[in-house]
Amino acid sequence: MTNHWRDIKNTDLILINGANPAEAHPVGFQWFMRAKLDRGAKMIHADPRFTRTSAVADMYLRIRTGSDVAYFGGLINHVLQNNLFHDAYVRNYTNASFIVKDGFTFKDGLFSGYDPAKRSYNIASWSYETDPATGFAMRDKALQHPRSVFQLMKAHYSRYTPEMVSSITGIPAADFNKVAELVGQMGRPDKVMTIVYAVGLTHHTTGGQLIRSGAVLQLLLGNMGRPGGGMNAERGHANIQGNTDHAISWEILPGYLKIPAPGQKTIADYVAGSAPKKSDKNSWNFFGTNYSKFMVSTLKGWFGDAAKKSNEFAFDLIPKPAGNASWMTIYDQALKGKMEGLVLSGMTAASIGPDSNQVREALGNLKWLVVMDALPTTSSEFWHAPGVDASQVKTEVFMVPTTHWIEKDGSFVNSGRWSQWKDQVLPPEGQARHDHWILADVFQRVKKLYQSQGGKFPDPILALTFDYKDPLKPELDEIAKEINGKDLSTGKQMTSFALLKDDGTTTTGDWIYTGSYLDSGNLMKRRQGVQDVKANDPTGMGFFPNWAWSWPLNRRVMYNRASADLDGKPWDASRPGITWNGSRWVGDVPDYPPTMDPHDPAAWLPFIMNGEGVGRLFSNGMVDGPFPEHYEPVESPVANPLHAANSASPVAFLYDKAAGRPDRFGTAADFPYIATSYRLTEHEHYVTQHVPKLVQLQPKPFVEIPDELAREKGIKSGDHVRVSSKRGKVEVLALVTKRLGAMTVAGQKVYQIGIPIHWGYVGLAADSDPTHGRYWMANALTPFVGDANARTPEFKAFLVNLEKM
Amino acid sequence: MPTVTRREFLKVGAAGAGALAASGLGFDVALAESNRVKQKLRIEGAKELHSICPYCAVGCSLVAYTRTNSDGTTQLLQIEGDPDSPVNEGRLCPKGATAMQLAVSPRRVESPLYRPAGATAWQKISWDDMLDKIARNIKASRDATFVATDGNGNTVNRTEGIAFAGGAAFSSEEGYFATKLMRGLGLVHLEQQARV
Repeated sequence: MTNHWRDIKNTDLILINGANPAEAHPVGFQWFMRAKLDRGAKMIHADPRFTRTSAVADMYLRIRTGSDVAYFGGLINHVLQNNLFHDAYVRNYTNASFIVKDGFTFKDGLFSGYDPAKRSYNIASWSYETDPATGFAMRDKALQHPRSVFQLMKAHYSRYTPEMVSSITGIPAADFNKVAELVGQMGRPDKVMTIVYAVGLTHHTTGGQLIRSGAVLQLLLGNMGRPGGGMNAERGHANIQGNTDHAISWEILPGYLKIPAPGQKTIADYVAGSAPKKSDKNSWNFFGTNYSKFMVSTLKGWFGDAAKKSNEFAFDLIPKPAGNASWMTIYDQALKGKMEGLVLSGMTAASIGPDSNQVREALGNLKWLVVMDALPTTSSEFWHAPGVDASQVKTEVFMVPTTHWIEKDGSFVNSGRWSQWKDQVLPPEGQARHDHWILADVFQRVKKLYQSQGGKFPDPILALTFDYKDPLKPELDEIAKEINGKDLSTGKQMTSFALLKDDGTTTTGDWIYTGSYLDSGNLMKRRQGVQDVKANDPTGMGFFPNWAWSWPLNRRVMYNRASADLDGKPWDASRPGITWNGSRWVGDVPDYPPTMDPHDPAAWLPFIMNGEGVGRLFSNGMVDGPFPEHYEPVESPVANPLHAANSASPVAFLYDKAAGRPDRFGTAADFPYIATSYRLTEHEHYVTQHVPKLVQLQPKPFVEIPDELAREKGIKSGDHVRVSSKRGKVEVLALVTKRLGAMTVAGQKVYQIGIPIHWGYVGLAADSDPTHGRYWMANALTPFVGDANARTPEFKAFLVNLEKM
Repeated sequence: MPTVTRREFLKVGAAGAGALAASGLGFDVALAESNRVKQKLRIEGAKELHSICPYCAVGCSLVAYTRTNSDGTTQLLQIEGDPDSPVNEGRLCPKGATAMQLAVSPRRVESPLYRPAGATAWQKISWDDMLDKIARNIKASRDATFVATDGNGNTVNRTEGIAFAGGAAFSSEEGYFATKLMRGLGLVHLEQQARV
């Protein structure tokens, strides 16, 4: 989230796409309801399924899954064609005025630079025309230049007429126009809208662009950086945010520093290849300017005395991947026989998918599998799953019993970036051990093996810092201090990442957390909440600055310089983010130098983290286009109404095809119905299959079937049905409902089926079933393909057949 | 109502909960119920600790009550929403409200288990033997798949044949520690729930 849960109460209009907060994040949803009840905010829910969120929304739009780029595109077009954008914000706080190089084109669904053989773009033409004297981007503040971002995007989105939006999304044009009218009012400085989304947007081959299209709309309306505004991702797991920040992710190091690439030999090479570049004289480019300081301080923290100026701070000790190494790649490599071992911690590959049957085959192709978990999972038990001959599975499997969240302290970071410390409530159960103690112990044993036997390049293993009182049992408090970082010359904790250096005299574990743990103590433990609202929320905006700690630097709304006008006054005096009081910025922790006078001709532009200094309506940071464009899901019953020749994403990576394996995609001829998967209130992923009360509340797997389709098929609620895709099948109960319905898409009648994901062959429900949940895994159906940028699987849109059993 | 703080409100009990339910929030019956249970169970000597809900990322604060038994063991008496939190103000959903059944479960894995290649059942194994085997596997796979220099002559120092995935239920500090150790082993296949 750019903002945070409680902030949603400050909004005038809530757009909810790819999410069902009333059921999936019910306690966070109270702030949506407060906005509605206390300030008359409107709520618009676009979703394939009518849910409890829809039930309290002012408008519900039945949208075809995976078509939200067209929905947002239509709204962008409405705002541009009718001049409803926030004029001063767009001219001064976005790159609308930047001029794009001659040679950039978009035709028949393809941007310039496409290479069909490689299925990728050369993005050289997706950049700005620069002033040869300064190297900075050319701008036209009048927004009239035909190659200005503003004019290019106006032309790009002119195709997204209400009729085209209706054809792609299935939303009736009249309903869409009502939404457009409401959204169009949000460009007024005294109005603010929030966009809230969840994995219903990310789980598509166009996932990155689905979210970007919302962000573009928010920039046009001047809603980024403002209380009550922003792009707000509702995350599904307790600490998915914290562990993204801390980079359990192939492509980054902690704090969103890029993983170095082969060919980079020095810190300077690395920064040149990774850091944003300043493209306007008033851009601070804070991230780019400080990239080497963050990286060197991280290396110094990790490799200690072995990281010296003379050896580029041990830059060679960081692994440089050959290419993508994300979730699906792991199993793809295992299928190719190139992955020997896998460690899963609190995460079950067998259920998570996509294409669970193929993933199970991949697990059976490993030499060894380590499952660290408190409870059995479908991965720890995959080798004797129903229908599997265990004697034929050659993988060596370890089940390592770990402690639960309540048996250890440490922080959880919520969707709103609030890092909240928790106590250790209970001692470890039985023989269970903490995950970090297990990892520390294994690491020390590996280190001993290298010391006694030698082996390949032991240098990083020997050099890695282990400055803990007990190297086998590091305390989370010690690690939290390490993450914050310290000044090696004084021994004091760093107070801000702005003070980190690239000369080897400072350390950090994750620069965005610098400031969370000071010499005075751990700020994540702070508890000044609603027990005294007046004292603890002095601005009344819901920031609660002394409750826990929020990255970066305890800032509660990111990009908050953009909440104030050019003079430093809030766009809406009733909802200030930060305000220039004549000598300093007050309110939230400013995302800006605290004493920089906005009237100074050299004052920095508002978006200090990127090279432009302004929000990017046009960006070369995506591999599938500088403007979001609608592409069909890889499995779709219709051709793309915008460009049938390039119907699906031209750059989504096709694993099976690239590996020479048989095609695993189906077509509408065999699999005529659209399916989407989702979560229920009473379960979280798969772990709750072990919680008796929750299993009682939602005992059995089912699929939701629109009643009209059920009538055609002679299916009644409670019947057993088989849902199959090219990849597998589920055999579960039918729930016939009016919450789903027929739609007209590209002139065709289509049906969408809904599949909750929570069941498999492990848990209380499976234990009581005669088949032991053999065909209960929703992800047996989902396709092994993902977003062109992030490779997030397309769990949310695929084709199936439906049969009564 | 507006003058009553959340903490005071909780002490009001069922009548207050009814008034708030009438405001249309709909979360208050469970709250009143948990409050009633808390009063019944919260006995002399209960220790009040703070946690965060282990499920979604709203980040609801929890209050956990424990008691130390005469045999030295710790008993978890009750988990409920923390009324002081600006995030949840005491409220919990069905998952958070049943967090006790995740915290204390007869279904926990009791001890390390090992299943050799082709075996048809789990075998018990000591921690020491298990950690030794895992360490030896890691070293063997690392040595077998380590690439020091790629085809273009670049120093890359990567372990290609081991992957690590997980962490959405870790404390942040554990997650950071896992990243540091896995990168230290040279891993490039590093992944977690955010992707999927």
